[in-house]
Amino acid sequence: MRDIAIIAFAQSANKRNEQIYNEAEILAPVAREALQKAGLKKEEIDFTCSGSSDYLAGQPFSFVIALNAIGAWPPIQESHVEADAAWALYECWIAMQADESINTSLVYGFGKQSMGSPRDVMNILNDPYVETPLWCDTISMAALQGRALIDAGLATERDFAAVAARNLKHAKSNPKAQCKGDFTVDELLRSPTLASPLRKHDCPPITDGACVVILAAGDTAKKLCKRPAWIRGIDHRIDVQAIGRRDLTRAPSAQIAAEKAGVGAGKVDIAELHALFTPQDIILRKELGLASDCVINPSGGVHQGNPMMGTGLVRFGEVADRIIRGEANRGVAHATQGPCLQQNMVAVLEGK
Amino acid sequence: MAAEEVLRAEHVLEFPYKRSVGPILGRFFTELRDNQRIVGIRTKRGQVIVPPAEVDPETLEDLSADAIVPVANAGVVKSWTWLSDPRPYSAYKKPHAWALIQLDGADTSLLHAVVVESEAKMTTGMRVKAVWKDERQGHITDIAHFAPEAAK
Repeated sequence: MRDIAIIAFAQSANKRNEQIYNEAEILAPVAREALQKAGLKKEEIDFTCSGSSDYLAGQPFSFVIALNAIGAWPPIQESHVEADAAWALYECWIAMQADESINTSLVYGFGKQSMGSPRDVMNILNDPYVETPLWCDTISMAALQGRALIDAGLATERDFAAVAARNLKHAKSNPKAQCKGDFTVDELLRSPTLASPLRKHDCPPITDGACVVILAAGDTAKKLCKRPAWIRGIDHRIDVQAIGRRDLTRAPSAQIAAEKAGVGAGKVDIAELHALFTPQDIILRKELGLASDCVINPSGGVHQGNPMMGTGLVRFGEVADRIIRGEANRGVAHATQGPCLQQNMVAVLEGK
Repeated sequence: MAAEEVLRAEHVLEFPYKRSVGPILGRFFTELRDNQRIVGIRTKRGQVIVPPAEVDPETLEDLSADAIVPVANAGVVKSWTWLSDPRPYSAYKKPHAWALIQLDGADTSLLHAVVVESEAKMTTGMRVKAVWKDERQGHITDIAHFAPEAAK
C-alpha cells in the first residue's frame, strides 16, 4: 500500500440559495484556491474525480458542465461518481494505489439543493416499486429512526436537541457556516415537530455549495505539504436498503467500516460525522466507538451547512485541515449515503 | 444583479422508462390487485421478508417464487412518525403517520401510511389493518393506507 494524504482542502461559503452562480461558477474559485494551497498547477494533477447528483440539477450528465470549472483541455484523466464526493475520494485513493504513475488527485463535490425540494426529491433514492410511489420524504424516514431510538430507550428528544446545540455552537468559529449560534436545549424543544419526534433543528439545512480536496502520494505529499493528513485507513460498507428490514437503532455497516479503518487503534482527537439528522449522530458515535474526549464536529458538522453530494467530502476536508494546521493529530472522517445511514464510509487521518 | 432580475425556468425531469417488476415483486403486486392479499418470501434461514425480495442480502441466497408465502393484512406498528406537513406528491393531503408495520407472519416491516385523526391516536405497538382501494392496479398504493384494527 502507498501512503496517500490529503494536502489541501477548500470549500465555498455555505449558502441557503445561491441565485447568481451556477454549479461550475461556484466550483471554479474553490478549485483555484485548493490548487493554490497545494502549490500545484492544474496540469500537475494526474487524476480528477467528482461526486454529484443529476437529480439536484434536474438534468442528465449535469456533472459534465461542472467539469468546465476544472478544465479538461489538454485532455485529463477524469471520472465521476453519482454519489457523495467522499466516494469520489475513495475512487482516487484506489486509482493511486493501483497506478503508481498517479501521484496527485483532485476530488470535488457540488450541489445546489435550492433548485428543488430535497426532502421530496431524495425519495427517489428509495425502492422504486414499494417505497418511492408512497412519497415518504427523507425527514419522515429519519423520524422513523429517531422514534426507534427513543422507543428502545437509547435517546430522548433532549439528546437530539443537544446534538443540534453542540453543532451550532461549534459552527460559530466556522467562517463558511450557514447556520450557527448559541441555543439552549429547552429553547430548541419549544419549536413544533416537522415529522415527530424530529424538529427543524434535527434536520440539515438546505445548502448550495462546492468543495475540493487534493490528494498526494508519498514523497510528493511530503514535498508539497509540511504536515500532510495521511489516510491511515479507509473503508466503506453497506446495509440492506429497505429500512423495514433493518434494526434502525444501529448502523452495522458503520461499525464494520470503523473497525476496518482502524478507528480503535489509537486516541481520536476529532471526528466529523456526516449525520444528516441528530439521531444519526448518537448512533454513529456508538458504532464508531468514539470516546467522550473526542471532539465531535468541530466545524459544526452538517448542521452548519449541507452542500449535498459534497457534504461527506467536507467531513474529510475539515478533519484534514485541522491536522495540516497542527490542531489535531488523529481524526476520523465519516460519510454516508442512502436512507437512515444505509451506507457508511469511515477514514482515519493522521499527522504522522 | 438584483435577485428579481434572475431568469427563471420551470424544468420537469422525467425518465419515461417501462420496467418489468419480475417474478417475485410481480406476484406481490398481482396478489394486492386480484386477491387483496399481502405476500412475503421465506428465506432458507426461515425469515419471512415483506415485501418479498429476489435475494437474501445476509446470505446472498437467490429466492424463488416457490418460497412466496401469504402474511396477514394486519400487524403491529414498530415505529412511526406524524407528518404535520403532508408532502406535495404523496396521496395524503391531511396530516398522517408514516409507519413501519410488521404484519402477522412477517419478520420484517413494511413502510406505509397510517391514517388516524390525530397524533395522539398513534403509539408504537398499536395494531393496524390494511384498507384497500376499490380500484386496484397492481401497485403498492392499492393499499390505500393502514388504519387502527379495532376501527376496521
